[in-house]
Amino acid sequence: MSQGRTLTFNIFRFDPQQPGDKPKMVSYQLDETPGMTVFIALNRLREEQDSSLQFDFVCRAGICGSCAMVINGLPTLACRTLTSKFAASQITLMPLPGFELIGDLSVNTGKFMREIAERLKLWLHPRGDAQDIHVLEAPMDPEEAAKLYELERCVECGVCVSACATKQMRETFVGAIGLMKIARFELDSRDARSADDFYHVIGNQDGVFGCMTLLGCQDNCPKDLPHMQQIAYLRRKMTSVLV
Amino acid sequence: MKIIYTDSLVVGAGLAGLRVAIASKERGLDTLVLSLIPAKRSHSAAAQGGMQASLGNTVKGMGDNEDVHFQDTVKGSDWGCDQHVARMFAHCAPKAVRELANWGVPWTRVTQGPREVVVNAEKVTIDEAEAAHGLINARDFGGTKKWRTCYTADGTGHSLLYAVDNKAIAMGIAVHERMEALKIIHDGKRCHGVIARCLITGELRAYIAKSTTIATGGYGRIYEVSTNAIICEGIGQALALETGVATLGNMEAVQFHPTAIVPVGILTTEGCRGDGGLLRDVDGHRFMPDYEPEKKELASRDVVSRRMTEHMRKGKGVDSPYGPHLWLDITLLGREHIETNLREVQEICEYFLGIDPAVDWIPVRPTQHYSMGGIRTNATGESPQLQGLFSVGEAACWDMHGFNRLGGNSLAETVVGGMIIGKYVADFGENNDLVVNTSLVEQAMGELRTEIESLIDGNGTENPYVLKREMQRIMMDYVGIFRNGPELDKAVAGLKSLLERSRNLVVKNKKRHANPELVEALRVRRMIKVALTVACGAAARTESRGAHAREDFPQRNDKDWLKRTLCRWPEANALEPEIHYEDLDVMQMELPPGYRGYGVDNAIPHPDTAIREAEIAVKLAALGEHADRYDQQQVLMSFDLPQELMPKNERLIDKISAQLGDKNS
Repeated sequence: MSQGRTLTFNIFRFDPQQPGDKPKMVSYQLDETPGMTVFIALNRLREEQDSSLQFDFVCRAGICGSCAMVINGLPTLACRTLTSKFAASQITLMPLPGFELIGDLSVNTGKFMREIAERLKLWLHPRGDAQDIHVLEAPMDPEEAAKLYELERCVECGVCVSACATKQMRETFVGAIGLMKIARFELDSRDARSADDFYHVIGNQDGVFGCMTLLGCQDNCPKDLPHMQQIAYLRRKMTSVLV
Repeated sequence: MKIIYTDSLVVGAGLAGLRVAIASKERGLDTLVLSLIPAKRSHSAAAQGGMQASLGNTVKGMGDNEDVHFQDTVKGSDWGCDQHVARMFAHCAPKAVRELANWGVPWTRVTQGPREVVVNAEKVTIDEAEAAHGLINARDFGGTKKWRTCYTADGTGHSLLYAVDNKAIAMGIAVHERMEALKIIHDGKRCHGVIARCLITGELRAYIAKSTTIATGGYGRIYEVSTNAIICEGIGQALALETGVATLGNMEAVQFHPTAIVPVGILTTEGCRGDGGLLRDVDGHRFMPDYEPEKKELASRDVVSRRMTEHMRKGKGVDSPYGPHLWLDITLLGREHIETNLREVQEICEYFLGIDPAVDWIPVRPTQHYSMGGIRTNATGESPQLQGLFSVGEAACWDMHGFNRLGGNSLAETVVGGMIIGKYVADFGENNDLVVNTSLVEQAMGELRTEIESLIDGNGTENPYVLKREMQRIMMDYVGIFRNGPELDKAVAGLKSLLERSRNLVVKNKKRHANPELVEALRVRRMIKVALTVACGAAARTESRGAHAREDFPQRNDKDWLKRTLCRWPEANALEPEIHYEDLDVMQMELPPGYRGYGVDNAIPHPDTAIREAEIAVKLAALGEHADRYDQQQVLMSFDLPQELMPKNERLIDKISAQLGDKNS
């Protein structure tokens, strides 16, 4: 842990609701303390230097996905980024690109996620009638359950979307997050949908065939989800529908 | 004035709120949810360990049922809970787990055959039955007789929240995100909705509804160091308190979790100890068996937290720049187990501490964790004072936790409570009209608008961040794990002075729309009121029960204190709440107060306990020896539930005995 450094935070500032306001970078100085994270630093800046600074944190523990932002050029979760990680004492903070800007570092990932969930119907579509909740549950292969959990660990932070060149060029592209969720339901034996059904929502340029395989999603995913593997898998599935 | 009308309004989009919303929507009621943040970011997502339900699928869960779960919960509560509610809860928990499987939760499942686990620091092989293969698994947690905590690796809250929110999206339930409810609209008898402020545009809106359900979680952030998400600030409780009519229950019952990492207070799940992790001191000594030879690391949370604090007070803590701490050692579980079942813990260790928990011990200490107190409701989840105001989950004092909550019972309460109370909320919506009284709405909105104007344009001098920090420090220093009269008096005096100062707040940032400082200012004076209910309740309760431990009154005093604390704030300008009490009736209890199983039995008995015990013996004898456990339970304490939830829960053992019965016949 480094101590005694004075850090300079270069922070993107823009209030889209303030008439006449223009985007700009503003610098703030702060003494680094042991164990300081970007969460701690931003809160101190707001409390002590600029009470108008906007940013989002909820769990501050890397669990909820609220605080994704671009830190020194890479999108990641701010809450678990230790300032000591950066050898230089300059830290530049930008909001995630590709989402509606609320102000400064705060973006509306929630609105995007709800829209994509509705568009791709990202919920379990059960086979037949629901199981009676008063009797013994239907067994499930333990390995399948474990695999499902592996794909379900996405926290909807938006990093994959902001790191995706296709998404940045074409707003209608569903992005890694939507594809990962489709893959999760495709794998689930309880889900009634077939590859054919999924083809209708992702078997096109806005879905798996639009991906340029630049790996931005997988390289930056804070949960280390296997995005490329799932996209490749879905592509093979979708191609088999065509044959 | 913008008014939005709905049948069922839910404030808070965590598991409890969403589950109530689903129950309303299922009955065809127009349903609307308000949330500070996107629903999937709610604090429910942070629950790692799991949810208790007596499925009894595993070898270590065999013999488990509603009775055992009920008894564990009542003992865990230190007899402070409402036993009817605990019964309703234990009965419905298996149903909720199975329902969640229907909605897509990938519960960790049982694999048949032998597997190695760590029990009491030793590797033990357990052999799962063939018939259990693929059924829902359970792990061990503190204070439970059986392995009962159902889980998905260590991301149970995440899995549950995503499944339940997906269900809500599938049903088309509207969630108004980034909306903060700041005032309840009421006429002193009936609740009509809330006034809320949009955190993006600053717009004030009235939401008028038949029923209003507060599901805003706990109030952990009135403390300086807490495992809670930073949005768990007790605003839901403050909303109820500020009606001047509704009461809060048992606000002094605040739980400290034994194993949050130092210094930031992020939680490592109880699953660490449940799976076999140990607590060690500065010498590497495993000290818990010295204090609690039977339950060791898996004693109830309040007990473990106090033993850790005692041990550190003896000088056995590890010194650090942030004060003393102890070690949590999960190295003996092995890398494979940690990387699959405790991966969130591993990530937290890696990112916040720079250590590898498969090799290194984790620095931990007890940290504020859970609010047993909350908006007082009756068994149907409704405020006894304000008709149409419901509360559920950690926000509520439905009171299945009493003075201490067992691990795995909070996640369970969100969905089980939501399932049960949701039906009562829907009943209310079907049986009541929407009442629209625009002058009442205008009055409530006017009050909020005036408050905001005075914060922006007034000539106050106090800084909201400064007041908040002082409040948090007072709570940490004087209303912590161990409490005593002189310190609690200091806390009450300090908080009263802060409340006075909070009437003189001002913000530097004058924006009326997105303005984080204004948000803070609106919250902090409400938080100070909530803090006062905790401190005043703790000062008045001269006994020790569950998480409320008085050094000057170490005995659990059933004779004088088998009662629930109720706080009201009838005079808006008063500096402290009005406190009164409601008795817990021993003669109605299925399980009269007894020894909880930790340390010395120093309870001062209630005079009714012996009478009730004798009565129970007579009732059971009258039933005869052939009566089954359902009949016995019914005779001792019958409880009500919505009809659809009344059927018995089938278990693996029932199925096996039925098959054996078939063969025999």
